[in-house]
Amino acid sequence: MVDFSLWDIFRNLGLAARWTVGLSLLAFVGGGLVGLALLLARLAQWPGAQRGVAGYVQLFQGTPLLMQLFLAYFGLALLGINVSAWVAAGLALTLYSSAFLTEIWRGCVNAIPKGQWEAADSLALSFGEKLRHVVGPQALRIAVPPTVGFLVQVIKGTALASVIGFIELTKAGTMITNATFRPFTVYACVALMYFALCWPVSAASRKLERSFRRDR
Amino acid sequence: MTAEPQTTDPAPIVRIDALRKSFGANEVLKGIDLLVQPGEVIAIIGKSGSGKSTLLRCINGLEVFQQGRLLVDGLPLKHGDAKAMRALRQHVGMIFQNFNLFPHLSVGRNVMLAPRLVKQTDEAAAAAQARQLLARVGLAEKFDAWPDQLSGGQQQRVAIARALAMQPSVMLCDEITSALDPELVGEVLRVVETLADEGMTLLMVTHEMNFARKVADRVVFMHAGRIHEMGPPDQLFGSPQTAELRQFLSALH
Repeated sequence: MVDFSLWDIFRNLGLAARWTVGLSLLAFVGGGLVGLALLLARLAQWPGAQRGVAGYVQLFQGTPLLMQLFLAYFGLALLGINVSAWVAAGLALTLYSSAFLTEIWRGCVNAIPKGQWEAADSLALSFGEKLRHVVGPQALRIAVPPTVGFLVQVIKGTALASVIGFIELTKAGTMITNATFRPFTVYACVALMYFALCWPVSAASRKLERSFRRDR
Repeated sequence: MTAEPQTTDPAPIVRIDALRKSFGANEVLKGIDLLVQPGEVIAIIGKSGSGKSTLLRCINGLEVFQQGRLLVDGLPLKHGDAKAMRALRQHVGMIFQNFNLFPHLSVGRNVMLAPRLVKQTDEAAAAAQARQLLARVGLAEKFDAWPDQLSGGQQQRVAIARALAMQPSVMLCDEITSALDPELVGEVLRVVETLADEGMTLLMVTHEMNFARKVADRVVFMHAGRIHEMGPPDQLFGSPQTAELRQFLSALH
């Protein structure tokens, strides 16, 4: 049996945490961009966008992320498309996050009273100007807490990517436990590391919210 | 641009021909014809559900109508044509019952926003114009205030300044005092009266009959989606011709 000091546990978990961070960033960026594009398509009332996006959201909110990861990795391989684990994870996390984010943000836009759109309309603002200067800033303010809440969920959700071979934080924890037989210590360290990743995100969100509150 | 030959008659600033509008199967405007001359002040009265607000909202395209024609300053209203709508809406200002100020922008920024974006006025000129307009509605010192720091009457006066900043040819007022506490109604109506005196073309949906009587050149009584009776205020309020108008007026007292 290998002798693992606490430092060894931390160091190995720290190395594995890089994957967790990488996967989370992939989900944030991919999900954010696709989610925003879907939101804009809906708001611009592109033909079919309303039903199309609603179906997309239903599909990816209604199935477990685990299955989506499985299908993206092994399913595509069955179809003869060989994808790397990164591509599969990137694809699944992007689809999953974008479905939630577009729906969260749609709710925020819907919370802006209709009168705001009408006032902007009657001032001859274009669609882009209405979003950029009237509805967007107001929706953004209320979007921060639910968006950050979801992002923190995603950080923890990346643990599922271990099923397609990623040795990220949780998987590394399991492996180290198997080597050391010290589950309590190891999983306590894992939990601490997740906290260390999630807490700054929540803190940044609180700061962002405060900065939106104007000084009196 | 279609260049129609100008007639010697003063061209109507708003021209509505045979306008029909339905919400689903429910027809709310059943053929409206109306000509508004420049500088005219028109009060639109009627029961709720008579279509008066809908008619007003058709004039700047907030409502889509199915049949008929509508022109403002000679520009036809074309739904779905973003460029034409943008051009037309620069000629029409609107003031709402619930003010609809932008809560995330200061009072000055509310007034400056549309001139900056739509007319590409530079920052300094837009600010100067905003200060001047705010002074005109009696709120010169509120340039840096936030909308939610103002009373309803003050917010509505800012909304008027905001609409004026686009230098519209026509101003639409949709029950602009209905959401106000009674003691705040006067300050808003005084501003509207000044506008009328300065020659602004006004179309207002209102429940303030005394104000309509005093300021309007013409009163339009709407009933069941049609213009039921129309004429100078003295005639409409003094000797109503139809049973519906008599009933409507007597219900107010």
